Amino acid sequence: MSSVPSSWTARARDYLDRRLPSSNLLPERQPYYVGSWVYVFGVVTIAALFWVILSGIVLAFFGPQWWHVTAVGRFFNSLHFWSVQMFFVFMVLHLWGQYFAAGWRDGRAGTWMVGVVIFLISIVAAFTGYLSQENFDAQWIAVNAKDAMNSVGAGAFFNVLNFGQMYGIHVMLVPIAVLALVGLHIVMVRMKGVVKPIDRSAKVGK
Amino acid sequence: MKARVRQTQEEYYRGVPTVPYDLVKELAIALVATLALIVVLAAVLSSPDVKSETVQSWAASDPVDFVTTATGELSGSTVSSQYGPPYNAGSASVQGYGFFSPQAWFGVHQAVDSPNDFVLNPLKIAATGNPDLAGALDTYNKADDKTRQGWLDAYSKGLKDAQADPSTGSFTVAQGDYGPLPVMMNSLLKQAQAGGLDGLLLSQGGFYQTDYTRPLLFMGDGGYLAGLAEGQKLTGSQWGMMNETGSYPGQTWLWLYTFWYQVPPFAGSSNADLGVVLMMTILSLGLLLIPFIPGLRDIPYWIPVYKLIWRTLPPTAGSQPPVHPEPEPAPR
Repeated sequence: MSSVPSSWTARARDYLDRRLPSSNLLPERQPYYVGSWVYVFGVVTIAALFWVILSGIVLAFFGPQWWHVTAVGRFFNSLHFWSVQMFFVFMVLHLWGQYFAAGWRDGRAGTWMVGVVIFLISIVAAFTGYLSQENFDAQWIAVNAKDAMNSVGAGAFFNVLNFGQMYGIHVMLVPIAVLALVGLHIVMVRMKGVVKPIDRSAKVGK
Repeated sequence: MKARVRQTQEEYYRGVPTVPYDLVKELAIALVATLALIVVLAAVLSSPDVKSETVQSWAASDPVDFVTTATGELSGSTVSSQYGPPYNAGSASVQGYGFFSPQAWFGVHQAVDSPNDFVLNPLKIAATGNPDLAGALDTYNKADDKTRQGWLDAYSKGLKDAQADPSTGSFTVAQGDYGPLPVMMNSLLKQAQAGGLDGLLLSQGGFYQTDYTRPLLFMGDGGYLAGLAEGQKLTGSQWGMMNETGSYPGQTWLWLYTFWYQVPPFAGSSNADLGVVLMMTILSLGLLLIPFIPGLRDIPYWIPVYKLIWRTLPPTAGSQPPVHPEPEPAPR
């Protein structure tokens, strides 16, 4: 006879024990097909994101002017710049890889959708980052991007000409959103496991 | 379907052969490898940083463009002076399809009064202790609209043939009936070249400022910023949205967004921004919902890239244990 736990805490613990035991979160064995190169893109995307965040923390700590006036600051900005470029390269490869692997199969549509949301929010993160550079590129992007924002009414609340607003969103709000969603994405992958290879006899998705 | 969603990983993997896999080691190697790559790129290629322009640098480098723009602000012929929401009550830059115009619906949120904010208010401050400028402003303010517009039109025409002197940052305009405008515009130019206008445009009454709406709108109205951008291949027709200054990669992930601006019906359309943003919103929703869209979700089956992805055959039966072996049959 099984008893249903009464407290929310116990129910949450039981759910996690059942759906995400530590052996699933950090398994020592994986299905044979996980040896494919396509899975490397997800890991290197996370690695690049780690360096994006770390270099961003250093830049945020010293302030938005620092990298314009010191060689060390410039180097950290370069680390940030290239880690962002690498993050997007790896993320797009991961996205295409998962598309052609039809990674949403067998109940994994939610994992795909969270991944797409991460991609879209990352574009906002990069966009606000470009606006926060405090250089000519930032000025020109702001002057032009305002028309697109204004055309859909977003400019009333998301003013790309307001450096303070863009900087705050870039260093605080979007990183929190990206990190939270990446955490959720990883948990979803670990909970359900890696999707099996496509059945070669199948002609359509499901 | 429901049963599949609720399937645990143990059930999903049951009977699948496995291989040893060290996730943490893989992540550690990925961290080191990406760091090495990023450090090399940063050390060798650095990062772009073309210095920002100021109203001061604009006025010093291209005084005729600066004065032409300021004159246009007074006559109401610049982009920002006619823009519409969220800056003012104009309509020249309001986009919409019939009744669908979110830009108009949300109204004015960052009020900008181009003639006063960019020209007249800074001149009022500069007029303190400057009787010539104070007199010119008084003449301008007391003139009727028709007279003012006559001066502005004549001065705008005169500026088209104005000669700039780069060594002094000054310019000369042919004689004409410009009323008080030469005194006003020369004062504004000197104020800008001295750096005073940058602060005045940014100041909104408080001490701390981070909102560059006014100076950027003013600079955007001129041709100087656009000329520099064209030199850096940053304008819209140059796919500038995804470019960066110099030879650095920009926001290349905006390639599809940029692409729509280059092709009909968006290229040259007065509603291009609205149309492209709506198009990208629809495409983004499509990307999000691929698992549920027949056809789009079937392409991986039709173009069998998966044969390249999964080339590894299962290990020989019995050589590797499955993650979750089949349950032992119950004893009889």
